[in-house]
Amino acid sequence: MVKVSSWGRLSHGDHEVRMLADRERIAGPLRSNRPGIAYGNGRSYGDVCLNPDGVLWRTTGLDRFISLNATTGRLVCEAGVLLRDIQRLVIPRGWILPVTPGTQLITVGGAIANDVHGKNHHRLGSFGDHVQRITLHRTDGTRIVCGPDLEPGWFAATVGGVGLTGVITEAEIQLHRVVGPWLEAETLTYANLDAFFQLADNSEIGWEHTVSWIDCITRGGGRGIFLRANPTEAGGRPVPRARNLTMPLVPPISLVNRLSLRLFNAAYFNLNKSRAGKTVTPYESFFYPLDNIQDWNRMYGPKGFFQYQSVVPRAVGRDAVQAMLHEIARSGAGSFLAVLKTFGDRQPVGLLSFPQPGVTLALDFPNHGERTLKLFERLDAIVREAGGRIYLAKDARMPRDLFESGYPRFVEFMQYRDPGIGSALSRRLMEN
Amino acid sequence: MPEQRKRIVIVGATSSIAEQCARLWVTDHVADLTLVCRDPVKTERVATDLRVRSPDSTIRIVKTDFTDPAAIRNLVDGIVAVGAVDIALIAHGALSDQAACQPDLTMCQAALMVNGVSPVLFAEAFVGHFEAAHHGTVAIIGSVAGDRGRKSNYVYGAAKGLVTRYAQGLQHRLAHSAVKVVLVKPGPTDTPMTADLKQKGAKLAKVGDVARVIVQAIDRGQPVVYAPPKWAIIMLIIRHLPRFIFNKMNI
Ligand SMILES: Cc1cc2nc3c(=O)[nH]c(=O)nc-3n(C[C@H](O)[C@H](O)[C@H](O)COP(=O)(O)OP(=O)(O)OC[C@H]3O[C@@H](n4cnc5c(N)ncnc54)[C@H](O)[C@@H]3O)c2cc1C
Ligand SMILES: NC(=O)c1ccc[n+]([C@@H]2O[C@H](COP(=O)([O-])OP(=O)(O)OC[C@H]3O[C@@H](n4cnc5c(N)ncnc54)[C@H](OP(=O)(O)O)[C@@H]3O)[C@@H](O)[C@H]2O)c1
Repeated sequence: MVKVSSWGRLSHGDHEVRMLADRERIAGPLRSNRPGIAYGNGRSYGDVCLNPDGVLWRTTGLDRFISLNATTGRLVCEAGVLLRDIQRLVIPRGWILPVTPGTQLITVGGAIANDVHGKNHHRLGSFGDHVQRITLHRTDGTRIVCGPDLEPGWFAATVGGVGLTGVITEAEIQLHRVVGPWLEAETLTYANLDAFFQLADNSEIGWEHTVSWIDCITRGGGRGIFLRANPTEAGGRPVPRARNLTMPLVPPISLVNRLSLRLFNAAYFNLNKSRAGKTVTPYESFFYPLDNIQDWNRMYGPKGFFQYQSVVPRAVGRDAVQAMLHEIARSGAGSFLAVLKTFGDRQPVGLLSFPQPGVTLALDFPNHGERTLKLFERLDAIVREAGGRIYLAKDARMPRDLFESGYPRFVEFMQYRDPGIGSALSRRLMEN
Repeated sequence: MPEQRKRIVIVGATSSIAEQCARLWVTDHVADLTLVCRDPVKTERVATDLRVRSPDSTIRIVKTDFTDPAAIRNLVDGIVAVGAVDIALIAHGALSDQAACQPDLTMCQAALMVNGVSPVLFAEAFVGHFEAAHHGTVAIIGSVAGDRGRKSNYVYGAAKGLVTRYAQGLQHRLAHSAVKVVLVKPGPTDTPMTADLKQKGAKLAKVGDVARVIVQAIDRGQPVVYAPPKWAIIMLIIRHLPRFIFNKMNI
């Protein structure tokens, strides 16, 4: 047995780890008398990829490309390929992954199973919108090939299906044309939430990528930095390789505390304010700013940290976000990486996909046990009231009623589950 | 001026370590790879991946019997007949079950064959051609396990030790020639070979890191390289531990 954690480092349970390396010989390792779950690159924050005392199928050995049609932009690859490796392969050939999250160090399987979103949701939706085919292996040895036009029920269950419908071994993805690795980015500041929404709405037409960082500490929170970007040919030259830094050890206590948060939030705001304006920047530093700091999650110390990401409908969005910021300020907790972003007006393909029209707020909190969980209960109340939901990729603790109200299609989803598969999350939220 | 296409032969091309080396060789360069294997269907998956990564490279697959000297001779002669080879990487191997090899001499023999005798036969077959051409690098993957015998894997270790001694002799023979011999000694690395070790919680190096060290050593024609490099120091100590201390260790 091996101790395995997810990105939040909240638990270190024993797992029987099985490496998948050969996509044609999957049935053997999937056979098991206790439940297993696929584990991609472990970039989920909570327990969606964990299964203490059970089996983990590590998929990073399934890292082969199968085909790339340079004319149509259709890519077929194994499910353990990292999005980073796809980007580095296809961008020089004039193609790009249409949707990537804030880190490219995740697998294709993980991107599908959480139906991840990026900074361009208003334009291109989520990852699952661009998947044409999935090869799914069930623990009973059967194989299902599905896509938007083939076994659509299985497809809708597997996109965003948090690994519970089977193990994905292959996927076909439609890439998008891109002029090169450079982006023209603009940094703006906003003074309050109303100004944020105005900026977000004004940017929907002219800008492909939008995101914002919100200061949830200074004066009760609400001011922030708004970033928007479009691909550009302007860079011209090849992108320089960024330097890698590593968080060398786990500090005995979290480096993220009231003082450091206060300093960081003020400094980050002022730094960006002074830099406000337009710049031409390589895609990696715009899309994946933290990827060059290896193991940054260690800075939260041995107890780990939570991420709380919710989405609430637009009509009540401003008030709900304001109320959450208020609760956070009141609790004295605070978040380094508070990300606020609007989602476009489109329904996702997956039965359990997270994105829905509205506004999403993502916050990191060091794990202070009961104190932190109590704050989450108050935030839950706001999300519930607003008719929102919490992102399964980030969750380690939401109560079952909030899952059921947030994901009403879970009833439909249950019929697609593989009885040989289970995760800590599925036992917490779905009985088994 | 267009870059010279390297011609590279990989024996045991489905090995994870070798596959990562192959990826490095076709990243940012165009190369001509010959993948030698026992299972062409499995190897095709490796070749397909390499072709996607580098559409202008040429990737070929050849199947052979890894323990048949005549087959090895024919195969290597055939490859060289088509054109000069720049690099031969001999990578195949199997971590044998030590406890099972002790009572089962057939298994013991097979372990010695695949990890010791077979790599030597391939190397010997290439080196003759390289010497005649005054050009070429033979790289053989040995192991830290070949540096000192220990109870938990000495049959495998003995075979790897054979490779070590062979490479040493070959380097002596070719000291004044342009032909290079590179002996690679990986430490425990995260590949399918070590799946059981991983289950016991062993710390394993990343296969990509190991491959980078190997490709660089081949580039430089380094005679011996530990991968990751820290194993050079660890093994220096292990090799020199007095027997009365070593024998007390449960390794
Ligand atoms: C710094 C950072 C920034 C992030 N930003 C964003 C963001 O902007 N938007 C966003 O949406 N997410 C974001 N995330 C979350 C991350 O994108 C998701 O958690 C993603 O799913 C992680 O993929 P993974 O390969 O690490 O999979 P894991 O975390 O290992 O697993 C995730 C889920 O996928 C399943 N799975 C993995 N492989 C397979 C397979 N082959 N077959 C079936 N199921 C499989 C697992 O069972 C699990 O349910 C971020 C994470 C980090 C650390
Ligand atoms: N991983 C480590 O920790 C480690 C440490 C030190 C040294 N090494 C050495 O590194 C080399 C590569 O190993 P790896 O880690 O990459 O292992 P791997 O991924 O398991 O690959 C093993 C390779 O050897 C081939 N092979 C095994 N038995 C064979 C046989 N009887 N006949 C022909 N081919 C056979 C396999 O072919 P199939 O695909 O057809 O099975 C495969 O190509 C080996 O020489 C190994 O001893 C590895």
